[in-house]
Amino acid sequence: MEQITSLVQIKGIRDGLLATFSDAPWEDQRMALLAQIDDRPSFFQGARLAMDIGSQILKVNDLVDLRDHLSERSVILWAVVSESPTTEQTAQLLGLATRISRPRPEEQRQFADTITDDTALFVNKTLRSGTRIEFPGHIVVVGDVNPGAEIVAEGNVIVWGRVRGMIHAGSKGDRSAFICALDLSANQLRIANEASAMLKPQIDPKPEIASINSEGRLQAELWHTG
Amino acid sequence: MTAQVITVTSGKGGVGKTTAVANLATALAADGKKVVCIDGDIGLRNLDVVMGLENRIVYDIVDVIEGRCKLKQAMIRDKHYPEMYLIPAAQTRDKNAVSPSDMVRICNDLRPDADFVIIDSPAGIERGFRNAIAAADRVLVVTNPEVSAVRDADRVVGILEAEEKGSPALILNRLNQALVRNNDMLSAEDVLDLLGIQLIGIVPEDESVIISSNRGAPVVNDPKSRAGQAFRNIAKRIQGQDVPFMDLDLQSGLWGAIQKFAGRK
Repeated sequence: MEQITSLVQIKGIRDGLLATFSDAPWEDQRMALLAQIDDRPSFFQGARLAMDIGSQILKVNDLVDLRDHLSERSVILWAVVSESPTTEQTAQLLGLATRISRPRPEEQRQFADTITDDTALFVNKTLRSGTRIEFPGHIVVVGDVNPGAEIVAEGNVIVWGRVRGMIHAGSKGDRSAFICALDLSANQLRIANEASAMLKPQIDPKPEIASINSEGRLQAELWHTG
Repeated sequence: MTAQVITVTSGKGGVGKTTAVANLATALAADGKKVVCIDGDIGLRNLDVVMGLENRIVYDIVDVIEGRCKLKQAMIRDKHYPEMYLIPAAQTRDKNAVSPSDMVRICNDLRPDADFVIIDSPAGIERGFRNAIAAADRVLVVTNPEVSAVRDADRVVGILEAEEKGSPALILNRLNQALVRNNDMLSAEDVLDLLGIQLIGIVPEDESVIISSNRGAPVVNDPKSRAGQAFRNIAKRIQGQDVPFMDLDLQSGLWGAIQKFAGRK
């Protein structure tokens, strides 16, 4: 028992409890966490739990399952902190926070070594309200970016679809970054530290590209072909 | 019989979830189906009021979960349709009194004896919402032609997709065609364009809905009401029938969009 429970460390933080997972198999750790809660039900009753799951890659089903088990024990799962972008995205889709007030030590994400100037994240779906995608390279979306969705890239952002959410390209200060889309009626665009307010919705949308012009202002212009 | 469990949800409050549940259940019961409605809004119950069953409540869903009564005892029979029942929410408890697995268990107990179980979800995307969708075979998202309601619906659709509940169907409620024509309201086309999900019905704005809700008699029973007609049509579509969309004096562009979504089953 002693050995199982030590797989998951639970401690109090300002926003409730924080469970820190190790690299051991997910199923064992999940059991260990639930066992710890079952050991002291009154202590955990009504608790707000955040989980730091390290580099584990979790699927939607894993998280939903654990959240439901926690619900049954009256423990509210509100945040999942992870080094894996897949897990982080899963958590965000489920409406869970992925940051807690205690910032993670500034360590490079595991895939950071492989990021070069032409590394891009390819997203083949429509991003709905409440989704946030952050990536240290370029981001390519095939689908729409709906109002309330956010994209933050250190490089360029290309959207094969309509943009009506917020897009931030060159988020670490790259002023040469650009954003292009088939229909760029975003409610806000940002490149490096320049922002542009609401762009006019177009009646007959044409592909556009937004960048910082020679006067240092963010502007969008039609995409010229041929 | 194996009931289909349908959850009606929206994200935003006040768009007409409860009205939709009461009307769809009544329309299905009028078609001879056995229907059980569950009010999932623990702590803020009102499906009983809209259905006119408030004064018959003895036990509620939390009593069932906590073992104070049998499931059958908490099922309130409707005044007009003997094959329609309501399981009310508890008013004196909160959402945490129910867990997603409780809902799954209750719905599984209901499945053998009903054709449809319809769950009224609370507003929001927290615990109550998760309880409401846990058992759903099919989800209907209700929205109004307003920017804020559509954005919340979009968020809900995203969560449903993430939870692998499949793509929900859309009920566009309270559409005012006169306002749309003057470009003062989002059109059905605008809403569908953004959400990109299947449309199962458009309910026109209709004063008789408010009047009938206050009387506790769902508007589907009013043969003259256009909203009532729209809900009757949605109930038919839920049963798999192909019912043409009502003529709301629509522009041709919208028809194209509707046919596109109706044909995409």
